[in-house]
Amino acid sequence: MRKFSYISILMMVFMVVASQTGWADEATLDTGDNAWILTSSALVLLMTPGLAFFYGGMCSVKNINNMIMMVFLCMAIISVQWVFWGYTLSFGTDHGSFIGGLGMAGLRGITPDSLSGTLSEYTFVAFQATFAIITLGLILGAVEGRMRFSACMLFIPLWATACYDPVCHWVWGGGWCGNMGILDFAGGTVVHINSAAAALALCLFLGKRKKSNIRPPANVPMIALGAGLLWFGWFGFNAGSELAADGRAAFAWVITNTAAATAAFTWIVCEWIHRGKPTLLGMASGAVAGLVCITPAAGFVGPLGAVQMGIMAGVGCYFACVKMKAAIGYDDALDVVGVHGVGGTIGAFATGLYCTKFVTGPDGVDGLFIGWSAEGFNQLGLQCVGFLATWAYAFAVTCIICFIVKYTTGLRTTEEAEDKGLDLALHAEAAYHFETESTGTLK
Amino acid sequence: MKRVEAIIRDEKLSGAKEALKALGVAGMTVTEVKGHGTQKGVTEVYRGRQYSVDLLAKIKIEAVVDDNDVKKVTDAICEVARTGSIGDGKIFISNIEDCIRIRTGESGAKAI
Repeated sequence: MRKFSYISILMMVFMVVASQTGWADEATLDTGDNAWILTSSALVLLMTPGLAFFYGGMCSVKNINNMIMMVFLCMAIISVQWVFWGYTLSFGTDHGSFIGGLGMAGLRGITPDSLSGTLSEYTFVAFQATFAIITLGLILGAVEGRMRFSACMLFIPLWATACYDPVCHWVWGGGWCGNMGILDFAGGTVVHINSAAAALALCLFLGKRKKSNIRPPANVPMIALGAGLLWFGWFGFNAGSELAADGRAAFAWVITNTAAATAAFTWIVCEWIHRGKPTLLGMASGAVAGLVCITPAAGFVGPLGAVQMGIMAGVGCYFACVKMKAAIGYDDALDVVGVHGVGGTIGAFATGLYCTKFVTGPDGVDGLFIGWSAEGFNQLGLQCVGFLATWAYAFAVTCIICFIVKYTTGLRTTEEAEDKGLDLALHAEAAYHFETESTGTLK
Repeated sequence: MKRVEAIIRDEKLSGAKEALKALGVAGMTVTEVKGHGTQKGVTEVYRGRQYSVDLLAKIKIEAVVDDNDVKKVTDAICEVARTGSIGDGKIFISNIEDCIRIRTGESGAKAI
């Protein structure tokens, strides 16, 4: 008993000394935070196969394998690119507020004991890798049925290096957007606007599909499966972006779900009024539009803001897909621009309208609709600067990459391959076989 | 002998089979087919984009029957397959010169 008392006194003395010398302020690993972000990393990684199913279901039946394979290819290439130079370009020592240095190339200097806040740095590396992967996957929805697979293999690492990594650094890695106070909680700018601007440039470079190759979706229930997986994984995307297992993460979870549900409902109401019938594809699209829209705002806005943003996403993205695409005339096959570009832009803009200190605490900002103050007006301006810069940079850089790819591997497949379908023409692998016993033999 | 060829909605197949069985029609051939009549297909909408589907899935029932049974067979099919809406289908009747049962070599009405 006396021995126990001595130990207790020694521990108290140590804690007092440690707090006075500043030892107590040193970051330590929080196992709860670390466990949640590792779980979130797995959730976000699952979004990529979910996206593959979502896009695969929307393709024409002769291109379904090609589309799923392109999205999986992002997982294969970016997982490696991120470890060797993607992470350090995004989160390495800042160079001119534009790009990170190469000091952590190949994850040099990061040990299992290295910390990033209260997380293992490897946890942070893993979590951010999943964001880079899905951003590349999103772009490829625009190119259904006409992009060479070899072009895709070259485009993915080039775009990740020249576009994703810098924009990620601007916003989250110590670059100019983050320093100015532009808010992007989970990637409305970094992921959605970035990928949509690239998709727009890519589909303009590729040109339109032949009208005879534009077919109805191959498998609508598969779209719903993909959208379900995306919705599920998005909780890791948004609630994980708090980088801690705390109340604000839970708040972001609820806000995310609220906006997605509102947008899904709003989209089918728009469809019902405009076309006469609500559809499953419309409901799935609405949910994704809502998730996209709330992504930049998930840790900054309250429930009422989330509902209003969901309505804006449902209406805005529906008419972007149905009217804007036809009016402008670009062939964005699976509506990357309509859903991610328009949804992300609405989200980034509305973050400046609805962000509130009620969620962020006194260090945050009240958006224009919350306080009607100069501070809110200023924040709205900053948000516009952020998304306009990202649209412009991503579009311009993607155009340059398209030139490079066009004159190396070539960008577009042959007309014969497009007519035959890319599954058979490029991969010799059909998605479905409904043959009877007498129609073929396996050699 | 006549061949009765009925193109009907696919959801009406089981009812038509039951009706023909009740009339004692011994054999039939059923095929999944695609086509259109005066209806000219349907319009589907995906994300606001309209796709015109002009070849619709239908079921074709073929049965060879005795001349005297044609009227009651066609009446039975019409009664079962009719919904009153466009797209209910059509029945074609044609002459058959002969019929041969492969197992026994019998021919004519006995082989139906």
